[in-house]
Amino acid sequence: MSTSPATTGPVGLRTKPTGRRRSTNAPSPDLSHNIILYVEGVTKSFDGFKALNDLSIYIETGELRCIIGPNGAGKTTMMDVITGKTQPDTGSVWFGQTIDLLGMSEPEIAQAGIGRKFQKPTVFPEHTVFENLELAMACDKSVWKILFAKLSPQQRDRIDEVLGIIGLKDQRAARAGALSHGQKQWLEIGMLLMQDPLVLLVDEPVAGMTPQETERTAELLVGLAGKHSVVVVEHDMNFVRSIARKVTVLHEGHVLAEGSMDEVQNDPQVKRVYLGE
Amino acid sequence: MKNQSLLLSALKADRGGQVLLGLLAIAAVAVPVLNLGVPEGSLLHLSTYTVTLFGKYLCYALLAIAVDLVWGYCGILSLGHTAFFALGGYAIGMYLMRQIGPRGVYGNPILPDFMVFLNWKELPWFWEGMNHFPLAALMVVLVPGLLALGFGWLAFRSRVTGVYLSIMTQALTFALLLAFFRNEMGFGGNNGLTDFKELLGFDLKTPGMRVALFVTTVIALAVGYIGCRYVIASRLGRVVQAVRDAEGRTRFIGYQVESYKLWIWVFSAMLAGIAGALYVPQVGIINPGEFAPINSIEVVIWVAVGGRGTLYGAVAGAVLVNYAKTWFTAAFPEIWLYALGALFVVATLFLPKGVVGLIPARGAKAS
Repeated sequence: MSTSPATTGPVGLRTKPTGRRRSTNAPSPDLSHNIILYVEGVTKSFDGFKALNDLSIYIETGELRCIIGPNGAGKTTMMDVITGKTQPDTGSVWFGQTIDLLGMSEPEIAQAGIGRKFQKPTVFPEHTVFENLELAMACDKSVWKILFAKLSPQQRDRIDEVLGIIGLKDQRAARAGALSHGQKQWLEIGMLLMQDPLVLLVDEPVAGMTPQETERTAELLVGLAGKHSVVVVEHDMNFVRSIARKVTVLHEGHVLAEGSMDEVQNDPQVKRVYLGE
Repeated sequence: MKNQSLLLSALKADRGGQVLLGLLAIAAVAVPVLNLGVPEGSLLHLSTYTVTLFGKYLCYALLAIAVDLVWGYCGILSLGHTAFFALGGYAIGMYLMRQIGPRGVYGNPILPDFMVFLNWKELPWFWEGMNHFPLAALMVVLVPGLLALGFGWLAFRSRVTGVYLSIMTQALTFALLLAFFRNEMGFGGNNGLTDFKELLGFDLKTPGMRVALFVTTVIALAVGYIGCRYVIASRLGRVVQAVRDAEGRTRFIGYQVESYKLWIWVFSAMLAGIAGALYVPQVGIINPGEFAPINSIEVVIWVAVGGRGTLYGAVAGAVLVNYAKTWFTAAFPEIWLYALGALFVVATLFLPKGVVGLIPARGAKAS
């Protein structure tokens, strides 16, 4: 079941997600209906508190979706459910037409092509930037394969390419723990890219960033949409306005409104929840 | 070839390892010459007692490497690693008991003395075949490996980590201590296995055999070190360090963290078993006392004092602390435990990188 160079495919980002992913043996999702992620009727309660309440969201292939909502609206819980960290009480989560994500473990879901960036940047501090990307790279991640794994020239080129995309070429040999906050966030996005995911779930990417770093991150995420489906959870309204095509507003565990930024901002329900009108 | 070059480049970058392997090579040549080649009474003569003493330290060093591998690199603080060490020791001890044959006190050609004493008529099933060295040698790695596999599978799959896991390892070795104390277990009860005569037909008491055991231990330590260095330099080594630093993150980039922990844990247990098997013929006895929880804690102290997460630091710590122990328990037996405790406190407070952490600092000043 080893990955032969022939199936490794061309180096570089695909221009269009086809549902087929290089370098892993994971099953590919069926994207025939142009929807990559179905979250349907999901409910999850913690000690009686309904973090998610009959939540339904559909993410289209290649879209950039922003999810906003007040604290406790269920944004992070939704990501936990999609990535297998939390099992919902009811509802279903499908990856494409055929892959049921409920019941799959976190590594299985990651291997299937859903990458996640956490709110707090978590990179491997003792490894170099290069090694962080190498570890994240999509490949056969079984123990014996990894023990004897060696980087192919194509894989090396791919890491270099991602170093360029995230703007950390000069820091490739630096300890990841020594990077600035913003650089760690970008490295983490780079690690997501190395996983070659079809869906990127990005939790509060600009929290704690300087305005320049925020701007750079916006460019980065906009550049990734189309090639990947990107779901961004964010509090920073200006940031959301600068990148969003379509915005989903969550409130008390379900969808309150969905549409363009202008539409949701003029939605009376959203106004009531956000502005207390 | 590719893997060889990975190992070579890892060893080239590993100055501490080069020093260690150099010292081991010198010891492998010098010790036989000074013991067997130099006449007794000469100033340069190395006594057989000293040879065996250092052989023992090197067995401890191999055990310390095994602990450093899981603790220093994967963040699993094992407080029960002497369980694997002792099981390896018991496996070789069973072979050595069977080698005694009719020369035991009771002269029974099949049953070891303690079984005759207990009025047993038949050899228990698990003693069958242990008179064959290859089987015993296999058991040396298989028994600790299987125990580690079962324990690790249950513990890692349930995501038991940190201090809870440490306590469970401590309980594991304590349970084995109690079990092996029982005569019914068939391992000689609290007297354990002793009175060994021969290994592979060679008399264990001769200086030549003592030196051979020492050299075997040196080779095992060198091979064990190189093996661990390879594992750490491989991508698997980087994954286990990633698990140590950010376990959840490692899972979310697609690694089955449990499998990685289990692999390194079983590998480490097997190394500990080999260390125990080399230890027993040199000290001439294995008894349940080897399972004592305090022993496992001492191993952790060696690694901490030497410098964890370096491998060679574990070797330095094991040899230095045990040399100190030998000296202290002869000169001031009553204060050894206080000295050990003080050493641990000093190492924790002032030498976070252990004794080997001092060396690069000095080198930097000199340059």
